[in-house]
Amino acid sequence: MLMNLFKFKGGVKPPTNKTQSVTLPIAQAPLPSRLVVPLHQSIGGMPQPTVQAGDKVLKGQLIGEADGWISAAVHAPTSGTVLEVAMHVQPHPSGLDALCVVIEPDGKDEWIAHAPLDYAAMPPEAVREHLQQSGVVGLGGAVFPTHGKLTASKTVPMEELVINGAECEPFITCDDLLMRERAEEVVRGIGVFRDLLQPKKVLIGIEDNKPEAAAAMRLAVQTLGETFEVVQVPTLYPAGGAKQLIRVLTGKEVPASKRSTDLGVQCFNVATAYTAWRAIAHGEPVVSRLVTLSGNVHAPRNYEVLIGTPMGELLKLAQPHPDTDGIIMGGPMMGFLVPDANVPVVKATNCLIAHSERLFPPKAPEMPCIRCGSCAQACPHELQPFEMYWFSRAKNFGKTQEYNIFDCIECGCCSFVCPSRIPLVQYFRFAKSEIWAREREKNASDQAKARFEFKQLREEREKADKAEKLAKAAAAQAAKKAAEAAAAAAATTETNGLSADAPPAASEPAPASTVDAAKAAKMATIEAAMARAKAQREAVQPKNTENLTPEQQKAAADIEARRIAAHLTEPEPVAPASEKPE
Amino acid sequence: MFAPAPFLLKDVSVSQVMIQVCVALIPGIAAYASLVGPAILVQLVIATLAALLAEAIMLKVRGKPLALFLTDGSAIVTAWLIALTFPPLAPWWLVVTGTVFAVVVAKHLYGGLGQNPFNPAMVAFAVCIVAFPALMSQWPSVGLQLGLIDQMNIILGWAPRVDTLTGATPLDAMKTALKLGEGSFDVTTLLANQDIYGNFAGRGWEWVAAGYLLGGLWLWHRKLITWHVPLAFVASLSLISGALWLYNPGQFASPLFHLLSGGAMLGAFFIATDPVSGCTTPRGKLIFGAGAGLLAYIIRVFGGYPDGVAFAVLLMNLSAPLIDLLTQPPIFGMKDKA
Repeated sequence: MLMNLFKFKGGVKPPTNKTQSVTLPIAQAPLPSRLVVPLHQSIGGMPQPTVQAGDKVLKGQLIGEADGWISAAVHAPTSGTVLEVAMHVQPHPSGLDALCVVIEPDGKDEWIAHAPLDYAAMPPEAVREHLQQSGVVGLGGAVFPTHGKLTASKTVPMEELVINGAECEPFITCDDLLMRERAEEVVRGIGVFRDLLQPKKVLIGIEDNKPEAAAAMRLAVQTLGETFEVVQVPTLYPAGGAKQLIRVLTGKEVPASKRSTDLGVQCFNVATAYTAWRAIAHGEPVVSRLVTLSGNVHAPRNYEVLIGTPMGELLKLAQPHPDTDGIIMGGPMMGFLVPDANVPVVKATNCLIAHSERLFPPKAPEMPCIRCGSCAQACPHELQPFEMYWFSRAKNFGKTQEYNIFDCIECGCCSFVCPSRIPLVQYFRFAKSEIWAREREKNASDQAKARFEFKQLREEREKADKAEKLAKAAAAQAAKKAAEAAAAAAATTETNGLSADAPPAASEPAPASTVDAAKAAKMATIEAAMARAKAQREAVQPKNTENLTPEQQKAAADIEARRIAAHLTEPEPVAPASEKPE
Repeated sequence: MFAPAPFLLKDVSVSQVMIQVCVALIPGIAAYASLVGPAILVQLVIATLAALLAEAIMLKVRGKPLALFLTDGSAIVTAWLIALTFPPLAPWWLVVTGTVFAVVVAKHLYGGLGQNPFNPAMVAFAVCIVAFPALMSQWPSVGLQLGLIDQMNIILGWAPRVDTLTGATPLDAMKTALKLGEGSFDVTTLLANQDIYGNFAGRGWEWVAAGYLLGGLWLWHRKLITWHVPLAFVASLSLISGALWLYNPGQFASPLFHLLSGGAMLGAFFIATDPVSGCTTPRGKLIFGAGAGLLAYIIRVFGGYPDGVAFAVLLMNLSAPLIDLLTQPPIFGMKDKA
């Protein structure tokens, strides 16, 4: 079947280094001594742990519940005991910790009860729900929850479903081996995606340096009687980038500001299709994946590895050379050195490369940019990296956005070709993170401002309400008083003629409102309290003169008399006049 | 600890780029040396030494790593372009002055490698032709067969600069003749009668131009330059000279004459293509090359200087940032909007 392929601009051709790890079939990695399963293994919410230390778990048992729509469940990779639910260092360049469930395997690898699903009878919604509950996420490395991508746009008809088997990064061969050995299950998984999305065409893109994989996939498509097209695309990094593959197969270009479904395309990795099929046909959640072990090792090979396996332990299977000084997770173009050999394999771990200076010589010192434009020619998104570099360096982030920095997919082509050895991608990551940080700060301050303004508004409204109430009460009171006064006046007029002696005092208390009465009551209480305090003080004062013998009293009186005579003291008033009642 | 991704890097460096530019100049230099004698090689050595010395001093003053930047090759490229654009029998101090000015002022005072807004070699040429017009227009007479020793004596100032040894360049001679004659001479008779002219341009200079062309095509083949600037330069120079030549062949020389004379080929492939001071967007490069070709012709034919390539390139350097800004190509996925 001949089809017209499109080209994407740019791209580079690094040495592929793939032949080393494809000589042997996929092997099963042995059970590790313990498994550290991070709960956050997909883009989106942070799954909540459903187990605690001491719990016994079975293989495939739910240990982390999906947190919201964009999130996927996490499962125990084998049977055993939960040692702890604690923070552990993550396979991320930051070296930050995240919540993990640590499991000590019991060696039995005992499954939970699981059975095939009657997929044909299930409504699409239930299939998506099942995939979410099975922890199916994009295994190409982006780990976006798969169910989230399985709803077609309502406005744009779904034209093409693109299946990504390109695998353009050097060294990585896990998708290649998966397609060679398990093509049928991959194709069946693609069938599930096809049924949910109803595209007009299904295109499976495989780089032309993997003829065996393409042949196996073609055979499987034929055997299963599907109409999928297996297309061999030119080997050019980054042909396996979703947007590049979509461009090559459909001619459509998806800018950063749009989703591919807006253009009627959706793209999944072959390994994702495989796990989706396992989840449906066997009821198996994602507890393992294929990982390529390569680089500075004696025995490069692909392994089926349980999620949570410590990387250092896993890499030993490939017998790393003694000068290995680090582990790269992912490929040499976009991967990163893991912060610690104990970090676990996660759903995004497609490849571990033993790093050594022999294999990846230290970079030559950075030189100034000579604007040679190689980066712009290599950029698959047709950006001007040297301009973005210049403005990133100058911290002029507004300008970097004008030069579309957010369209950068960080593929590393620009850094790869730069004769001045400038780590361009690092500058762009820096600029992007600065822009995000500022955006967050701005949002936070905007929110704080909004909160403050709302609080002020509320307080003002409450004040106004209170004032209104008081005014109403006062008005009511005034009306009442007026009525009383009128009544009193009427009464006085009535009694006036009868008794001239009657003092007008009767009408005197009338002006005292209830407020005044309250005030008076308050004043009285205060006065009473003060009086009590005074009495107490006086009662306490003459402490040492109580219980004196008559002799002692006489002596004291004598002393006092002498002191008065000598004018040493003022005569103590016997009874202060002021306190004497009149 | 370790450098971040990508861990694999292409085997290229600034030094390799610069060295390849020097290699591409070799066919032109060979033709040049066979035409005017080994003096040009002496000038190349003098300019190179002066450039490296000036570079070293400036790096030291600016506190930059000496070994890293001295080996980047950029100073050598500048030196070679100066040596090739200056008269081959120019006194040594003139070449040194130009080179030092280029490295110290045009390059390092603007921030060093990658920061210079103007092509340093062309700055040197412009400064020297303004400051020393007489010395800068003394080119060896055609058929002057002097040995290395005699040429060196002239360059080093140990022998008198005899007027008969030097003459005007073909471009200069034609311009002067046409101006003086004011219609009594015509291009065809000039080309036929004066022995400084060959079949197409100055006698023997066609071969030098062809050498530069060959080197330039090799640079393009090596993807160190793109086709935009040279093609636009050659096209605009050909169009304007062709149009005027068709209008009045007696007054205006043919496009071939202009392409093969003076600094046209060197300018098109080696000077206007300088990435640092030139344009970087594809459309910008076309505008830059076309503008340089047009200005070079206008200055040559209507301006005060015999050759206009240097000034044309400097003028275009001046407008390069604006051209780049206005010619940003649409990016992936945004083509319908642009």
